[in-house]
Amino acid sequence: MITSFLFKALDRRAIWVVSALIALAILVPASNLMLPFDSAFHVSNFTISLIGKYLTYALLALALDLVWGYCGILSLGHGAFFALGGYAMGMYLMRQIGSRGVYGDPILPDFMVFLNWKELPWFWLGFDQFWFAALMIVLVPGALAFVFGWFAFRSRVTGVYLSIITQAMTYALLLAFFRNEMGFGGNNGLTDFKDILGYDIQSDTTRAVLFAASALALAASFLICSGIVRSKFGKVLVAVRDAESRSRFIGYRVENVKLFVFVVSAMMAGIAGALYVPQVGIINPGEFAPANSIEVVIWTAVGGRGTLIGPIIGAVLVNAGKSVFTAAFPEFWLFALGALFVATTLFLPKGVVGSFSSAMTWLRLRTGKSDAPVAEPTVRAAE
Amino acid sequence: MTKSAAGSLLYLDGVHVSFDGFKAINNLSLILQPGEMRAIIGPNGAGKTTMMDIVTGKTRPDSGDVIFDGGIDLTRHDETDIAQLGIGRKFQKPTVFESHTVWDNLELALNRNRGVFATLFHVTTQRDRDQINDILETTRLVARKDELAANLSHGQKQWLEIGMLLAQEPKLLLVDEPVAGMTDAETEETARLLREIAKSRSVVVVEHDMSFVRDLDVKVTVLAEGAVLAEGSLDHVSSNQKVIENYLGR
Repeated sequence: MITSFLFKALDRRAIWVVSALIALAILVPASNLMLPFDSAFHVSNFTISLIGKYLTYALLALALDLVWGYCGILSLGHGAFFALGGYAMGMYLMRQIGSRGVYGDPILPDFMVFLNWKELPWFWLGFDQFWFAALMIVLVPGALAFVFGWFAFRSRVTGVYLSIITQAMTYALLLAFFRNEMGFGGNNGLTDFKDILGYDIQSDTTRAVLFAASALALAASFLICSGIVRSKFGKVLVAVRDAESRSRFIGYRVENVKLFVFVVSAMMAGIAGALYVPQVGIINPGEFAPANSIEVVIWTAVGGRGTLIGPIIGAVLVNAGKSVFTAAFPEFWLFALGALFVATTLFLPKGVVGSFSSAMTWLRLRTGKSDAPVAEPTVRAAE
Repeated sequence: MTKSAAGSLLYLDGVHVSFDGFKAINNLSLILQPGEMRAIIGPNGAGKTTMMDIVTGKTRPDSGDVIFDGGIDLTRHDETDIAQLGIGRKFQKPTVFESHTVWDNLELALNRNRGVFATLFHVTTQRDRDQINDILETTRLVARKDELAANLSHGQKQWLEIGMLLAQEPKLLLVDEPVAGMTDAETEETARLLREIAKSRSVVVVEHDMSFVRDLDVKVTVLAEGAVLAEGSLDHVSSNQKVIENYLGR
C-alpha cells in the first residue's frame, strides 16, 4: 500500500527534483564549511542563511500549491500556519535560553519576567522538550486547519468567500498575537535564541545543518505531494477543482477531500515556519500579516500552480528578486511585486513552469513527435 | 407511505417545492418500477430539472415523500450519499472533468470505495481496467481514451458522461436532455446507447426532442406547472387534449 504510493510518487521528474535537493543539502553546507574562503565555490554564511530561508519559503509555496493548484482552494491565510509552526519552534528555542536571559530567570522567558508573571502559562509547558515542540509544529497548524476546514467545507463555502475568511483568520491571529496577555511575547515576538538541541544557534555548523534540514524537508514534502497528486486521490482533487458538484454526483465526499488536503498542507506550512525561525532568529506577529499570505500566492502563481516544481521555482525567483530589488530601490518593492502579479496573470497565466512546458509541448508537436497529453490545470482566477 | 412504495424503484408522492413563492413542483407523484425506462416531457418551467434535483439531493422538497428502492427516504440524504446509493445523474450541459483524460474520467466514476484513504492508496486492478475498456467499447470512445476530455466534441462529451454513469453502476439513471445540440446521427446513436443501458437498469430521460422520445419507444410522463399532466404511451399522451393545449399545441 505505502510502497505503491511511494512508487507512484517517484516518477522521472520527482526523482530529478528530489536528487537535486539532496545534492543541495550536501554540497552547499560542505562548500560553506570545508572550502577555504577564497575558493570560487565557497558559499558564504550570508548566502547559506539566505538560501536556507528561500527553501522554507519554497516549502510554504508548495504547501499552498497543493490546496490551490490542485484542489482550487485559494487560501489567503497560509502564512498563519507557517507562523504557528514558527511560534512552536520559537517557544522551544525560548525555553532553551534558560538562565542566560537578561533577567536570568531559569524558567520564565524574559518577556514574562518583564510583565511580572510568576509562573509559566500552561500552554508553554512541554516546550522545553524538542520532541514535544516538534509534535506541536505539525499538530497546532493541523488542528487549526482541521477546525477551520471542518466548518468551512461542510458549509460549502467556496471561491472568493473562502479566500476572504482565510484572510480574516490570519488577521485575527495577527491581532491576538500582538497582545501581551496572550503570552507569546506580544509585539516583539520571540527572539534572542541561544541553542537548538544543545548546539549554538549562531555557529556555522548549526547554520549548515539547518540549511540541509530545510532542503531535506522540502525534498520529503515534494515526495509526499507527488505521491498525493499522482494517486487516484490526486485525480479526485483535480476533479473537485474543476467540477465540484459533478464530483459530488458521482459519489465523492468533497468536504472530506478538501479537509484532508487542507490539513496536510497546513502541516507542511508549519514545518516550513519551524525551519524558518531558527535561521532568521526571530518570530513575531508580523508573520501573520495578510500581506505575507498574499505574497505566497504570488510566488506560487509566478512559478506555476498546478505543477509541483512551479511553486518552488516561483518562491526562489521572487524572493531572490526581492533581495536584489530591496537593496537597490527599497521603496519600490511593493510596486514591483504588484506589477509582477498583474503581469503574470495577464501574460503567464500558467506561471513560468506551466508556460515552459506548454512551449515544449508545442515544439514537440511542431517537430511531429506526439506525446501523451499533459493534464494542465484550466486556469481560472480565484476559484 | 412506504406500503405503496414497496416494490418500486423510485416513488414520489405529493411532492411540493417552491422557490420564493413560485411553485416549481406542485403535488407531483410518480412511480418508477425496477428495470423501467421512462421519458419525461413538458414545456419549459414544468419542473423537470427540479424533479431531478429533488431525487439527487440537490434540492429538498417542502413536503412529500421521495422513496428509493422501496424504503430509502431520499430527503434525508445528500448528493454524495444518493450517488453512493445508486442514483446516477447526467446534466443538461455535459459536465465531465475537462483536465482529465477520458480514461481517468471513467476511472474516477467507477463504483469503488471513494474514501480519502482508499483513493490515496488505490492501485488500479485488472477488474478496473476491464470495466473501463467495456465502457469505452459501449460508448465508442476507445480511440480517444487518452485524450483530455476538454478536447472531445460535444456529442462525445455527452457519451463520456453517460459512460461515467455506467461506471457508477447505478440502479437508476437520470438523464437530462441527452441529445440537446446533437446532430441527427449522434441522436440516433444516443438512443441506441440508452436502450442498451435500459436493459440492465432503470432510466429516466428528460427530453424536448419528440422524435427522440419516439425512438426510445417507452412510457411517457408529461409534466406541466410542476405536476403530472398525463401518462402513457407517446401516442396516448399526444392525443390528450390537455397535453395539446399545454405543450404540443404551442
